[in-house]
Amino acid sequence: MQKNKDNSMFKASWTYNEAPESTDHIQIKKKYDLYIDGKFSKPIKGKYFDTLNPSTNEKIASVAEATSEDVDAAVQAAKKAFESWSKLTGKERGKYIFRIARLIQERAREFAVIESLDGGKPIRESRDIDIPLAANHFFYYAGWADKLAYAFPNRNPKPIGVVGQIIPWNFPLLMAAWKLAPALATGNTVVLKPAETTSLTALKLAEIIHESGIPKGVVNIVTGAGETGAAIVNHPDVGKIAFTGSTNVGKYIQKATAGTHKKLTLELGGKGANIIFEDAAIDQAVEGIINAIFFNQGHVCCAGSRLFVQESVADIVIDKLKNRMETLIIGNPLDKNTDIGAINSKKQLQTIENYIKIGLNEGGEIYQPDCNLPKNGNWCAPTLFINVSQSHRIVQEEIFGPVLTIQTFRTINEVVEKANNTPYGLSAGVWTQNGAKMFHLTQKLNAGVIWGNTFNKFDATSPFGGTKESGFGREGGLHGLKPYVKFD
Amino acid sequence: MIPNLNNLPVYDTTGVNERIARFCSRSIKSSSKVEGLKLALSMIDLTTLEGKDTTRKVQQLCYKAMHPHDTLKNIPTVAAVCVYPAFVKEAKKALHGSDIQVASVATAFPSGQSSLEVKLLDTKFAVDQGADEIDMVISRGEFLAGNYQYVFDEIAAVKEACGKAHLKVILETGELDTLDNVRKASEIAIYAGADFIKTSTGKIQPAATLPVTYVMLNAIKDYYLKTGKMIGMKPAGGISTSKIALQYLVMLNEVLGEKWMNKNYFRFGASSLTNDILMQLVKSETGIYQSINYFSKD
Repeated sequence: MQKNKDNSMFKASWTYNEAPESTDHIQIKKKYDLYIDGKFSKPIKGKYFDTLNPSTNEKIASVAEATSEDVDAAVQAAKKAFESWSKLTGKERGKYIFRIARLIQERAREFAVIESLDGGKPIRESRDIDIPLAANHFFYYAGWADKLAYAFPNRNPKPIGVVGQIIPWNFPLLMAAWKLAPALATGNTVVLKPAETTSLTALKLAEIIHESGIPKGVVNIVTGAGETGAAIVNHPDVGKIAFTGSTNVGKYIQKATAGTHKKLTLELGGKGANIIFEDAAIDQAVEGIINAIFFNQGHVCCAGSRLFVQESVADIVIDKLKNRMETLIIGNPLDKNTDIGAINSKKQLQTIENYIKIGLNEGGEIYQPDCNLPKNGNWCAPTLFINVSQSHRIVQEEIFGPVLTIQTFRTINEVVEKANNTPYGLSAGVWTQNGAKMFHLTQKLNAGVIWGNTFNKFDATSPFGGTKESGFGREGGLHGLKPYVKFD
Repeated sequence: MIPNLNNLPVYDTTGVNERIARFCSRSIKSSSKVEGLKLALSMIDLTTLEGKDTTRKVQQLCYKAMHPHDTLKNIPTVAAVCVYPAFVKEAKKALHGSDIQVASVATAFPSGQSSLEVKLLDTKFAVDQGADEIDMVISRGEFLAGNYQYVFDEIAAVKEACGKAHLKVILETGELDTLDNVRKASEIAIYAGADFIKTSTGKIQPAATLPVTYVMLNAIKDYYLKTGKMIGMKPAGGISTSKIALQYLVMLNEVLGEKWMNKNYFRFGASSLTNDILMQLVKSETGIYQSINYFSKD
């Protein structure tokens, strides 16, 4: 593969010693059972699968595989618990949610280490972003629990019943928090399934939820792969499905729930446009590009994976981006200095590598920094494809990895047309110091989230969700309550 | 010739602060920490710039510069001693035989509020006394009034007066207020002939900060990309602990890299930093933090 060495002129000479976060304070069991009806119980068919450390592909623990019988037990437990939980006052519900938030904070370090161990993301991200944000979501929605009448004035909001929640592997604990917190605050009971490659923090969360003393059956956590998810989606006693994951699975779920009473929210894939104008603060925009595409190894549905640079600054932006990429530290996710960690699974690595091959076959100009990737585990160097067009497959399809495509544009209208020319509509970023231009763009871009002079910023108070094939429904903020209530 | 100042890169404070936070979160441990501390020590311009300075005070400082902590083996001396012009000769004498440079502030330091004639005389006096490096101040009043040509010409004239002495140009960023102004002043200084650009006199708060230094490093980087010429950087004032010094070095390492990681291209203008670094170095050797009274205060 072609590697350009010209960009090492500013290469760092001072290498930092390893600074691994210690793992001696964490507790991981050898075997994890299902959390159903307030108890950890073995799966009915007795099957378990391995969860691996993606940075080494060594086994961390065995996790129970829930079959449709287990899912049924979980739904029945949730259904029974709903009777009393939905009648509890909002204030009382809020107390439990606040307690969960505080317990996450207390054990934040343990959660951060396990998240990085099981998922491959750098400890800097799990410590500074995933875990604090997860706690924030619980705090935020705990506050809404006794104020729902004010969230929906004169509409008498009521809980739906049992909600089924299926979460992805890219932000395991954070996505669990996004889904659980509003569901509990509005008085629903939950059956939640974490992704099969990253079940551990959800199971740790089950321990915390148990510790919080929340009534049994209110939260049930079942682990497993696609079939377990399908059992939740197809269960007749589930009143609502909330899913975050790939667009293909989202389409399957929408078909499966069509013609049923089930409410549905989907947060699916994306191919976010990150647009840099000539009047942007270029050095900060370059940081923005890095943060948009290499955050969490690019395993981000709202990643800024399509870069659009105005032609007049294209050369300087690309040069600076290449120089900056030389200083990225790739390696052990538990090292505090790591910028880019491991790819979440072998399967995902194959997908990414396949797209890189497609890009090369399409004649894309590839750039990867001069970095040494660890031998074991799943690793992918941060990658640019320069001088590509809307017609390239790597520009059209979601890669879900650290691969950025770079296109140039000349005018506002041109870039709006190209940015919107995708089946997705989740995120976009605009970089300009011109306020009028910024507001003009945010009106024209068809995306659920548009960042101005920044990228990949999240907050519990801010709604998040997509348009077009990126899904529907919002999570976070006041909007995030709505999918979990019904009105008279 | 004065560069085009209308098309300079602009800076977004929020973005810059985020970048700085990333530098500060680097974890520097064990041997890489010792390496960084020794490097920082070797980059210090040990400074005394007080109205009450005397010959004997300067002599004491010079001894400290050459013998930072004699019980520690394998540590470098500082890079330079920085004094007022009146003490250059004495410092030169005291440092004789070492490779420690004598830097002198000049040009009506710290305010710069005098005529060009006086400033040039001030510079020439310091150079004649033997100064290896001149730390001049720019005319911030003229800069803020938009008289960029004046500022440029003044720096160019002082550069000429320096002769063989290296010129460090102090922007006094604490008075420039915005990062965009810092970038503009850096550009003027570099194109007018600065060998180094320096943040502050130490007499105005805030003195050196990481964001301001980041912007100046970027100006140096862009100039290098355009011309292939290397300009040095000197943050001065307010860098009093090893921890902060290491944060500056992380930033230098990741913005400009290898070529700049030496005293020829990076300096710390500081006085109390030296003893804090020594204390950390002793700690890394013995495992014990010694009392501050084990470190000489000159």
